[in-house]
Amino acid sequence: MARATSNRQKLITSIIAWAAAIVIFFPILWIIVLSFKAEGDAIRTPLGVLTSSWTLDSYAVVQDRSDYLKHFFNSVIVAVGSTLLGILVAVPAAWSMAFVPSKRTRGILMWMLSTKMLPAVGVLYPIYLLFIQLGILDSRTGLVIVLMLINLPIIVWMLYTYFREIPAEILEAARMDGAGMRAELLYVLTPMAIPGIASTMLLNVILAWNEAFWTLNLTAAKAAPLTAFIASYSSPEGLFYAKLSAASVMAIAPILVMGWFSQKQLVRGLTFGAVK
Amino acid sequence: MKQIQLKQVSKRFGDVEVIPPLDLEIEDGEFVVFVGPSGCGKSTLLRLIAGLEDVTSGAVIINGEDATGIPPARRSLAMVFQSYALYPHMSVRKNIAFPLRMAGLGKAEQNRRVEDAANVLNLTEYLDRRPGQLSGGQRQRVAIGRAIVREPTAFLFDEPLSNLDAALRVGMRLEISELHKRLATTMIYVTHDQVEAMTMADKIVVLQRGVIEQIGSPLELYRNPQNIFVAGFIGSPRMNLLEGSEAAAHNAHTIGIRPEHISISTDKGDWEGVVGVTEHLGSDTFFHVSCPAFTNPLTVRAGGDVDLSYGTKIFLTPDKAHLHRFDDKGLRLT
Amino acid sequence: MATQHSRSIARLMMAPAVVLLLGWMLVPLTMTLFFSFKKYLPLRGGDLGWVGFENYVRFVSSSSFWPAVGTTLLIVGGVLVITVLLGIALALLLDQPIWGQGIVRILVIAPFFVMPTVSGLVWKNMFMDPVNGFFAHIWRLFGAEPIQWLSHASMPSLVMIISWQWLPFATLILLTAIQSLDSEQLEAAEMDGARPVGRFWFITLPHLARAITVVILIQTIFLLSIFAEIFVTTAGAFGTKTLTYLIFQRVLESQNVGLGSAGGVYAIILANIVAVFLLRIVGKNLDA
Repeated sequence: MARATSNRQKLITSIIAWAAAIVIFFPILWIIVLSFKAEGDAIRTPLGVLTSSWTLDSYAVVQDRSDYLKHFFNSVIVAVGSTLLGILVAVPAAWSMAFVPSKRTRGILMWMLSTKMLPAVGVLYPIYLLFIQLGILDSRTGLVIVLMLINLPIIVWMLYTYFREIPAEILEAARMDGAGMRAELLYVLTPMAIPGIASTMLLNVILAWNEAFWTLNLTAAKAAPLTAFIASYSSPEGLFYAKLSAASVMAIAPILVMGWFSQKQLVRGLTFGAVK
Repeated sequence: MKQIQLKQVSKRFGDVEVIPPLDLEIEDGEFVVFVGPSGCGKSTLLRLIAGLEDVTSGAVIINGEDATGIPPARRSLAMVFQSYALYPHMSVRKNIAFPLRMAGLGKAEQNRRVEDAANVLNLTEYLDRRPGQLSGGQRQRVAIGRAIVREPTAFLFDEPLSNLDAALRVGMRLEISELHKRLATTMIYVTHDQVEAMTMADKIVVLQRGVIEQIGSPLELYRNPQNIFVAGFIGSPRMNLLEGSEAAAHNAHTIGIRPEHISISTDKGDWEGVVGVTEHLGSDTFFHVSCPAFTNPLTVRAGGDVDLSYGTKIFLTPDKAHLHRFDDKGLRLT
Repeated sequence: MATQHSRSIARLMMAPAVVLLLGWMLVPLTMTLFFSFKKYLPLRGGDLGWVGFENYVRFVSSSSFWPAVGTTLLIVGGVLVITVLLGIALALLLDQPIWGQGIVRILVIAPFFVMPTVSGLVWKNMFMDPVNGFFAHIWRLFGAEPIQWLSHASMPSLVMIISWQWLPFATLILLTAIQSLDSEQLEAAEMDGARPVGRFWFITLPHLARAITVVILIQTIFLLSIFAEIFVTTAGAFGTKTLTYLIFQRVLESQNVGLGSAGGVYAIILANIVAVFLLRIVGKNLDA
């Protein structure tokens, strides 16, 4: 809207907007505060909490439990691993669907999307059983495979949309310039597709990191990522607010940062193009 | 020497036959223009020659060899696309050098040729910029430069000037014609603009719905259109095509007379009419005249100084020597 | 673009993704179907033979079934209503010129990126705990008795937690849709004499209809299989057992695989119905 709104109007809307934003963000803000408090202080009234002393003790305690770092690495490996594997499988598929479309392309794409809509609980037991028989229950390998499979439709979809945005004429020009398939892929397509591939990877890391069904049900002590580790606080002993806050802040911080950069990708990836 | 030949080439997309079997020969060094309205198949034809599309049947022969199954990279043809299709992530230098790199030329040789091309096209100061930093005309020249360095058998142009503004278009037209004179290489040029076709071509191929309506030099098509479509397509403003009793009087179903071949008089002439909208170009004036003898108004050209107001009664006389006659199928009557 | 040469390569390149997803879909689905027709209790005797449709009947006639359906509908419906209505309001708000708009957006979007287990536990303990939670302290400040959120008001509590998580998603989608509305349309309406409310009702809202539908469909699909939040807060107690949770309990907790599998089949059918509608919209967009 190019017309200048009055400053007074802008002030009012700004105040309302900021109020709403702070209310919504408050829980996250609060656990950041609590994470820097001692356990005894964390259960006091809000005023009591704010006026008590700040400390890094809770972070230290959480990190000292060697489990925490292990679970952190599990999250990293599972999120990054499933993303890389997914990209490996999805790039050729998205390439062929975007650049050599056939009559069945649309149908295949929609079918892929439909597999994402399968309720996980409906296949919980078979997967559980298969994993036991293959020896990959409570293993990072198993998780990487499952998370790759559930997010593959989204990765393919996003790459497909990014590839389609590359003008076909540029690839034809490369062909006329004497580029074989390998050269075309290497020198023209990939450089132009890298931003799209990066965005897709970002979104997928976020989705895999936060996944809380398979990571809860297919893991135990060895391969549990942060989602499961945090869940263990649901039956705690003694005072734990500050520790839970510290653990939570460390668990969500990387994703919050990544999420701020990936808003557009979120819309693209999770609405399957139905909203532009 | 026939450099490029199309023998009974046809193209089908699904159930639609876009180009029924056609034959075409292009001589070495010719500037050939494919012209026609949107959807006539001219770009498709160009792409069949380039190898970007497969022919449904027939053969494409380049320099005596059957190139029908050969991929575009190996046909030794260079193409300039309507949208220029420059590589956005490469500098101008790298863009122009790309085909040479694909051909395996050494760095030194690449640079030499790139700089030669840049000289010819006035691009030397832009060599290290990226396409995104260039104007439309400059991008156009980079696209041409990329084509020139390959020293191809023939250049293919797919409506290269459509994305430029009017003034730039006129300038680029001249540059491309200059280039042709200088390089003496075959050029196949696709456009929907008949002015481009008339001013640049050695030979024009007029297409409609995949069928070649006529092939000839610009003047041939202007003077002797073989059918109504070509008659109405070539020449600006359009030839006046008239039916009815006047046509019958000349033993034809339709007669055609160009605006520049009609003379005006205020007191006598063959056809009586009333002046309607007038277009003053300064160099010429075009009158749209409504005559009771014809359903549609006629367009008449007169000198830049002639001025007649709306509603004036005038008389038109066609120059019999330039009157074209067509039968009921739209074909020329001799 | 497509020559014979490129077509065969294309088919090859699609193969891994297609094969993997086909396997992912068919293998476990067939197994679930298989189990659903058997009496299979791994902890109490194992494979006890075929029982036809008995599991399907038992699942639906169990005393937990209809409450679970009700719970599911309440949660999905409640979250949808809250996120769509608030989402529209927030989207309209964020579309206005505001000071510090970038930061406001970041703050509003944040909850979506918090992992569900953190979300559930933070709300359960730091906010809703009747003794030490934030709300408890505030209630006491005003002299009122703190609410026992998750035990006495478990459904509203859950709906609140899940709505908090999903509000950013709805807001983002609706904001994107609002910003895609051609301002010229609104300007034309203004020239035609429409005032702000009228412009919203007759121009903005119809334009948003598509986006709202998409938000509802996509959220429904994901909300039907909500799991972690329930798992860490109530574990299905206090009437918070959704269909998904019920199936989960049957399969992994009480290990009545046959019964749970039949339930799973019901869940799959339900999800498919919603999916059909969503895919139709997606398909229309693909052709565009």
